[in-house]
Amino acid sequence: MSDPNRKAPDVTDTVSSTRPAPPPVALVNPANRNEGAPRGDDEQVLRLEDVNIFYGDYQAVRGVDMTIGRHQITALIGPSGCGKSTVLRSLNRMNDLIPGARVAGRVTYHGEDLYAREVDPIEVRRRIGMVFQKPNPFPKSIYDNIAYGPRVTGMRVSNMDELVEKALRRAALWDEVKDKRKQSALALSGGQQQRLCIARTIAVSPEVILMDEPCSALDPIATSKIEDLMFELSRDYTIVIVTHNMQQAARVSHRTAFFTAEVDEQGERHGRLIEYDTTNKIFTNPAQKRTEEYITGRFG
Amino acid sequence: MSTTSTPPASHAANPRHRPSLSQRRSRPGEVLFKLALQFCLLVAFAFLVALIAFAVIKGWNRLDPRLWQEMPTGAASRVARAGVQSAITGTLWVIGLTAAICLPIGIASAIYLEEYADNTRWYNRLLELNIQNLAGVPSIVFGILGLGLIARVIGLGFTVITAAIVLSLLVLPVVIIASREALRAVPRSIRQASYALGATRWQTTWRQVLPAAVPGMSTGAILALSRALGEAAPLILLGAVTFIRFNPDSLLSSYTTLPIQIYNLIKEPQAEFQELAAAAIVLLLVILLALNSAAILIRNRFQKRW
Repeated sequence: MSDPNRKAPDVTDTVSSTRPAPPPVALVNPANRNEGAPRGDDEQVLRLEDVNIFYGDYQAVRGVDMTIGRHQITALIGPSGCGKSTVLRSLNRMNDLIPGARVAGRVTYHGEDLYAREVDPIEVRRRIGMVFQKPNPFPKSIYDNIAYGPRVTGMRVSNMDELVEKALRRAALWDEVKDKRKQSALALSGGQQQRLCIARTIAVSPEVILMDEPCSALDPIATSKIEDLMFELSRDYTIVIVTHNMQQAARVSHRTAFFTAEVDEQGERHGRLIEYDTTNKIFTNPAQKRTEEYITGRFG
Repeated sequence: MSTTSTPPASHAANPRHRPSLSQRRSRPGEVLFKLALQFCLLVAFAFLVALIAFAVIKGWNRLDPRLWQEMPTGAASRVARAGVQSAITGTLWVIGLTAAICLPIGIASAIYLEEYADNTRWYNRLLELNIQNLAGVPSIVFGILGLGLIARVIGLGFTVITAAIVLSLLVLPVVIIASREALRAVPRSIRQASYALGATRWQTTWRQVLPAAVPGMSTGAILALSRALGEAAPLILLGAVTFIRFNPDSLLSSYTTLPIQIYNLIKEPQAEFQELAAAAIVLLLVILLALNSAAILIRNRFQKRW
């Protein structure tokens, strides 16, 4: 798998022969970041092709195909246990941390297979950041929470104070914390902690931000601040968000993917992607009956 | 809960078929059970107090600077001027070395087992099981191992370093288990946050998990060392000999320790020896209680809320 010609389309691979030749973005070389990538909403950042995800012998997700566009907010919705969080975690290899988790199929980032043997998951996560359900600041100062990422990733930062300020401003947190940057992040409110987690993610300049139900532990006011922030961030970042809250998906996202759990012939439950379209279409005129039932609250 | 504050039963507007709230019934079983629990606690506590009181009373005449300023003696005629200085310095040497050996190894093992090992692999599970078994091995067995392997085969002899190695082996399982508990208490979300920022496993462990686990680890470490401090059995085999009249000055010195010294003093028939032994017991207890208090203090001081 580690031969130097791997970026050339492999003709024996039927899937790769049908897709456009990927731009060569080497995950192993940070210097190539964003090189030659034109800004445009049509460009695909992430692409899932027949993705199946297993936990041990149990297949959690079956046959997912979707593409995620640049500078868009893509929402993954669906009832509990439909595999949407599992799919999200497969996009930056956070599933690697779960013993027994395995991804089959292809997940490509700018055309490069994220699960190829020579891909470094550490490097993947530097490009594709993640914000979690429960705010999880480090038990350190606000400043150190933000400086941690740039420090561990070895970013060459000439002025860390400036970088911290920029990240906090970008996450709409600066005005609230500028006088207490050296204080513990655990003293912040839940909503502030979550914005700090977003600021922390931005500080390592990822291209994509994955958000796993980022507002489910927050009150409505904090939620609305995060939603405003997401919309603002989508000018510069590609965002994928998992949410239980359909209104939230409808409010913030450009495209929506509806997942649900299906029982197969052996009686096992698998998460499946049912419908994926623009958010407007999904919420006003879904093609699938199950989508409509879920949207209108008749099941799930 | 006093009944005087409740209104008289005649004023209560209860439905007729229900008993009034103000009729407190006595429940003998309830009282009895509580008394039984308190009695058990009292027994445990009374023994501890009796032990300390007995040692203090018996050793009262010898609880003075002679205890740590003078060397031990084997002669009854000189016992009035004797102390246990070499046992105190010997204990400090041995425990200090034990800490230096067992803490790095124990913490490193715990980090491997918690952060790196894949628990679905049989060899990792076997390791875990054996560590737990080792914690239950009698200390005299470690003494025999030390005598045969470390003192004789490796040839370190009856020295401070031999004692420290054997005590390290003895408390290593305790250190490993306590450190693993401390690591496990660090929330997964902290690790995930670190990984999601592109940190490596080493960076995550070293910069996030370990600092958060240090309070728990130090508590476990102190408790493990206080166990080593009180050990006499393995050291009897390892030549912590009777009356050493000099302080250890290197890893290869002969030595004695407080528990051994106490054991030797008590064997003597004369009352003067018994008094000195009691005084040494008080000293040992004070050191142990101080260490345990330090452990509790650290735990309370640094306990983290997540």
